[in-house]
Amino acid sequence: MRTITLGTAILGAVTGMLGSFAVLRKQSLLGDAISHAALPGIAIAFLLTGAKDSNTLLLGALISGLIGTFWIRGIVSKTHLKSDTALGLILSLFFGFGMLLLTFIQKQPNANQAGLDKYLFGQAATLVESDVWLMAIVTGLCLTVLLLFWKEFKILLFDKDYAHTIGFNTKAIDILITSFIVLAIVLGLQTVGVVLMSAMLLAPAAAARQWTNSLGTMVFLAAVFGAFFGVFGTAISASQNNLSTGPVIVLVATVFVLFSFIFSPSRGLLFRQIRFIKNRRDLELHKTLAFMFHIAETHDDISHPHTVKILNNFQGYTRGTLQKLVDKNYVTLEGNMWSLTPEGFERASNLYNQQTNKNE
Amino acid sequence: MSEIKTQKEKPVIAVQVDDLTVAYNYKPVLWDIDLEIPEGVLMAIVGPNGAGKSTLIKAILGILKPIAGSVSIYGKPYSKQRDLVAYVPQKGSVDWDFPTTALDVVMMGTYGSLGWIKRPGQKEKKASLEALEKVGMLSFKNRQISQLSGGQQQRIFLARALVQDASIYFMDEPFQGVDATTEIAIINILKALRKANKTVIVVHHDLQTVPEYFDWVTFLNVKKIATGPVKDIFNDDNLTKTYGINYKVSIQK
Repeated sequence: MRTITLGTAILGAVTGMLGSFAVLRKQSLLGDAISHAALPGIAIAFLLTGAKDSNTLLLGALISGLIGTFWIRGIVSKTHLKSDTALGLILSLFFGFGMLLLTFIQKQPNANQAGLDKYLFGQAATLVESDVWLMAIVTGLCLTVLLLFWKEFKILLFDKDYAHTIGFNTKAIDILITSFIVLAIVLGLQTVGVVLMSAMLLAPAAAARQWTNSLGTMVFLAAVFGAFFGVFGTAISASQNNLSTGPVIVLVATVFVLFSFIFSPSRGLLFRQIRFIKNRRDLELHKTLAFMFHIAETHDDISHPHTVKILNNFQGYTRGTLQKLVDKNYVTLEGNMWSLTPEGFERASNLYNQQTNKNE
Repeated sequence: MSEIKTQKEKPVIAVQVDDLTVAYNYKPVLWDIDLEIPEGVLMAIVGPNGAGKSTLIKAILGILKPIAGSVSIYGKPYSKQRDLVAYVPQKGSVDWDFPTTALDVVMMGTYGSLGWIKRPGQKEKKASLEALEKVGMLSFKNRQISQLSGGQQQRIFLARALVQDASIYFMDEPFQGVDATTEIAIINILKALRKANKTVIVVHHDLQTVPEYFDWVTFLNVKKIATGPVKDIFNDDNLTKTYGINYKVSIQK
């Protein structure tokens, strides 16, 4: 149990970290394509060795995942196809081939065959200590490379052509990032499975992007979120019988992404809506003030009282807005008469004057 | 005094392009371009859409691989002279929703001289802040880049190139989509660069401002039509050759 929790936590952290890069490069689907592309590798590795040693199978997955990735890159650079088309093509081609091999293996008279399909949906329960060690080593390696080449990664993500002109080998950096993404995905296949793996890559990054505007913080948050999803998902699935860990982790992640989309202070839907409504109110208030200003303008004495009635045919006007203007000391009310204060007059005449009110 | 002297001597060639041909598919985008850009000029590259103006810059900078031809910067291949060259890409070429600040983008201009792995320190930060000040964007240094206006984003790109402290600046449509104030601010920076004897090469779209802003011009339409001082070659003849018969619609002097 401890092994499994630790495993999913480490896996979540490393995929979250690398997922940030995939998301920022607009290659969100790359993870999906890679994980599907890994399937035939697993099947072939089994056919060749006849054993179910997880490291051998993952090596097969790694090789076929890398082949898939470089085919995608090749298709994008050599043909007119866009990357989404290339991703879709490779994904279905490799997955189809993988499924074909899996069914072929199942028909074989080999006692070992059962259980290969765990790579389809993942089975965290099969994690053993050595798997976790492998994950930890890869995570450490990934972290080291990330810290060393942070500057290079950042500039490649933001402006590849420019990075090239100032003398960085963009191809090498590109291959470095992509290889690590492939590695992380392959590591997760046993736990989460081919089908759901891309969620591990994308969900932490998508959530983290909502909470920060700095690349460093985003990558860090994505790693923390990923680890948290892993731990939380494992805990939930362990508390109930017959709940598979991978899908639970993905569901936890999705719920949190949804939460982030709604409640993040700067980019979230909720606060944006609140800000929108507040701005609308302010605008209506200013509109009313401007309307009053135009009436008051026609009189010599700006504080000449007018009846509230004439405001009635103005759209933005309500009792509430009038009261608010009074609260702000722009207007005074006496019975059914209102008049602008000098302050209100001053404010109204300078509304939305970009040049004079720079600091508004 | 020294100005008179350099005019009499053969001018130093900052950028030399020989037989450059670039094609995306079978049809060439640039055909057999020969170009010599003397040091210290402020040059516009003009031509209709699809004439290969951006492609020319990208091929010179090695972003695109040419089919044939060579480029030299002060007599040596570009790969050996990178620290002498700065590039300002079109601002539409990047995603401005990237999670970073204005200062951070400008700091990227120092990455080239730092080389691999080394991180920017205080010295680089100071240089970046100075560049931000030159383009009048110092107060925006911590602003998230998605919250900058188009003109401000263009200035950030310009500052990033200034930080490189290069001798030759390539700019891809720096005036695209900026307002009059920003345009004046940018052209003043370009003129200051020329005064410091830097070479500035600008892809430009507005023919009417060519004589006012630039002292050197290259007409391009897949082939090179003409190149030289604005006062000598910016005329109806070359405009017609470049833009076709309707040039009078595009320029009214």
